[in-house]
Amino acid sequence: MKHNEVSIVLCGAAGQGVKTVEHILVHLLKQSGYHVFATKEYMSRIRGGSNSTTIRVSSERVAAPVDRIDILLPFNEEALWHLQRRISPETVIVGDRTKICKTCPSEAVTFIDVPLAEMAAEVGGKLFINIIAAGVILGLLDIDRGMVSEFIRQFFAQKSNDVIENNITAIEKGCDEGQKLRSSNRIQMALSEPQDMEEMLLNGADAVGLGALAGGCNFLSSYPMSPSTGVMVFLSQHASDFDVVVEQAEDEISAINMALGASYAGARAMVTTSGGGFALMSEGVSLAGMIETPVVIHLAQRPGPATGLPTRTEQSDLELVLYAGHGEFPRIVFAPGSLEEAFLLTQKAFNHASKYQVPVFVLTDQYMMDTFYNVPLFDLSNLRLDTHVVKTDKGYKRFAIAENGISPRGIPGLGEGLVGVDSDEHDEAAHITEDTDVRTVMVDKRLRKLDMLKEDVVSPELFGSEEYDTLLIGWGSTCPIIREAMDSMGKDDLAFLHLKQVYPIPPDTKEFLEKARQTIIIENNATSQFGKLIKLTTGFSIKDRILKYDGLAFTVEELTKRIGEKIG
Amino acid sequence: MEEKQFDMGDIDIAWCPGCGNFGILQSLKLALTELALKPEEVVIVSGIGQAAKIPHYIRTHFFNGLHGRALPPATAIKAVNPALTVIAESGDGDMYGEGGNHFIHAIRRNPDITNVVHNNMVYGLTKGQASPTSQLGFRTPVQIKGVFLEPFNPLAMAIVLGAPFVARAFAGDIEQTKDILKKAIAFRGYALVDILQPCVSFNKINTLQWFRDNTVWLDNSHDPEDRDHALNAVMQSEKLSLGVIYCHEGKKTFEDNIGVYAHEKTPLSLRALNREAGLQKIILSKKH
Repeated sequence: MKHNEVSIVLCGAAGQGVKTVEHILVHLLKQSGYHVFATKEYMSRIRGGSNSTTIRVSSERVAAPVDRIDILLPFNEEALWHLQRRISPETVIVGDRTKICKTCPSEAVTFIDVPLAEMAAEVGGKLFINIIAAGVILGLLDIDRGMVSEFIRQFFAQKSNDVIENNITAIEKGCDEGQKLRSSNRIQMALSEPQDMEEMLLNGADAVGLGALAGGCNFLSSYPMSPSTGVMVFLSQHASDFDVVVEQAEDEISAINMALGASYAGARAMVTTSGGGFALMSEGVSLAGMIETPVVIHLAQRPGPATGLPTRTEQSDLELVLYAGHGEFPRIVFAPGSLEEAFLLTQKAFNHASKYQVPVFVLTDQYMMDTFYNVPLFDLSNLRLDTHVVKTDKGYKRFAIAENGISPRGIPGLGEGLVGVDSDEHDEAAHITEDTDVRTVMVDKRLRKLDMLKEDVVSPELFGSEEYDTLLIGWGSTCPIIREAMDSMGKDDLAFLHLKQVYPIPPDTKEFLEKARQTIIIENNATSQFGKLIKLTTGFSIKDRILKYDGLAFTVEELTKRIGEKIG
Repeated sequence: MEEKQFDMGDIDIAWCPGCGNFGILQSLKLALTELALKPEEVVIVSGIGQAAKIPHYIRTHFFNGLHGRALPPATAIKAVNPALTVIAESGDGDMYGEGGNHFIHAIRRNPDITNVVHNNMVYGLTKGQASPTSQLGFRTPVQIKGVFLEPFNPLAMAIVLGAPFVARAFAGDIEQTKDILKKAIAFRGYALVDILQPCVSFNKINTLQWFRDNTVWLDNSHDPEDRDHALNAVMQSEKLSLGVIYCHEGKKTFEDNIGVYAHEKTPLSLRALNREAGLQKIILSKKH
């Protein structure tokens, strides 16, 4: 087992409550003063199959997934086969030898028999296996029992007293068993004493949702689609406290057109979707470009084409958002790498959308949406809300020609002017025109905004040695994984360049690339979409690629190995 | 109040001489004037098509969006600023064809908007193909053997979906059309006004005279509050009923239901965004 850290995996069928125990464990472990990280992989089904969560409990900050399993709690026999490749001789399986796991794919593991099924039956049935398993972990880590039962009481507060009491009994049974294991010393763990921690525990959906609220979002129209729906759920839950209209549209076409109507009328509007849903929004994105109406588009990527792998992850929609929408118009694409960046960049997306009157994308993925870890409390003191809305007067023209391309934006009902927008090519007052001179002037006006956008970028961040020989390049959610892999290699001539704005590409990117003797791009897709974009905009060809497109995020061990192979 | 305040002055209009759209435009200007509305209080939202060009010929705020997509932005505009009078206006192809799904769900949402549909039973701007309301057997360069798809009955559909105000007018009768538009705009909730109109260029069957011969204004015996009665009136195949076919006051609107106006009437678009305290509360809640 690694010093100061333990990696715990719980695995069971859909419907066996893997997500519930993940929630309970990460919250209680974090409250107890440990750093926690949890990421789940699950199937696109409601019952059956195999879903698992990997929870890292650490004395230090953790924000990336590992392959290594220190302790595995299977809720059914399939779990062992599902995780076969990750089980090593160091893995301790805490499981039910007689009822649940009669066979095991690897004999070279330590198997500690805990009669989960029997214990669950004593409480009231198989349903309690997951809660008992959570209790075993909590007992093993000696988590305060009062805190545990209080948490369970709160967690099931909406349920009947019977349900609450049975779950408390179940978790306590598990805790007893875990504590027995702890005193037996059969599982050796080297975690430092937990410390008081003033931090938050969030997942990617929460972070994007909080960023949206901080960005002034007061209108969200979307159609449910994994893995983007979490943001919609988050905003629905906080809608009444923040005066947000959250509307489930009949389809994504309606969603984006509603958002544009809302924005035209003065709201700060957003949609949240995934690749397939976004494909339906393409014409709407083009409309946003033509009517120069701000909109924030959160796209949580999953593997395509078509329905692809609905509950898995990939970074394969970069080219989709770059080129979606017919015609030529400017846009911005952010790709946050961490929960803090997801918060800050979503917030910024609203200000940029309003300032430049362009669609702004926040490109995340399933991995980021569904991953929890603790982060320091977000600092709100430097956040600004820039509306860039003007009060109109009688002669107001929505698309008045402006030197920088940005016509002052009025909204209906504020001032004496009339506000028109038109999807046809239009004159300054937004009326249809087929005058070829006006057409040229209007295209130039819209595209002038791109010059400004290129000056107002979020710079890439360099991690590791300033005097690097080899430069790793990544974007979006891979950031913490690449960082940990690089750090674990302990090489002082290695650095990692993380891009959080992927379009327009920050101008200083090229300098970073040219300084390196070797460049390696790391992407969660099959064709290195970002590498191609870098080549297109900077002319620089990144020679080495580490790509992954099996539907899963990179792990620290996997990246360490693959980077090592490339460096040679 | 002057009718002129809605006039655009001397502008080039892209409609064919004799088009039913002119009558509808005039009825709309009269209705808005008689309702004492000002141009800056009105937003016309349209899609694409000849009918959808109407916001360029009348002085109001306007959102001339995408083909088939007038209703979603119209719904959102009203939600963001209920003080505005919002009219979603386009043709039969736009509203019932390309935008059919939005038509269904806008009715279910019941925003307080007026949905005006110029229904000439043919596609004009794309030069004469069948529309969802084209009659069986209607021949076009595309439907060379005649239309065999069952014609869409928007009024029956709207009534069945629970639309609280459903009316049909005829562009040839400007005075009655104006009266119906006034009632629809003043009505609180989703109001559908399907306006029959001839297309002088591409529909040689359903002409001005055909409409005169094949429509009938509902008389006093019609009870618009009786849903069965209303449904009966629009299922009539002999002659097309004109008038306010169904009207049911008091249904909660989308704006009533979305919650943001429960305690505060200021339009969402004009409210200050003071969010720090609320955000701080969520942030602290995430500590546990």
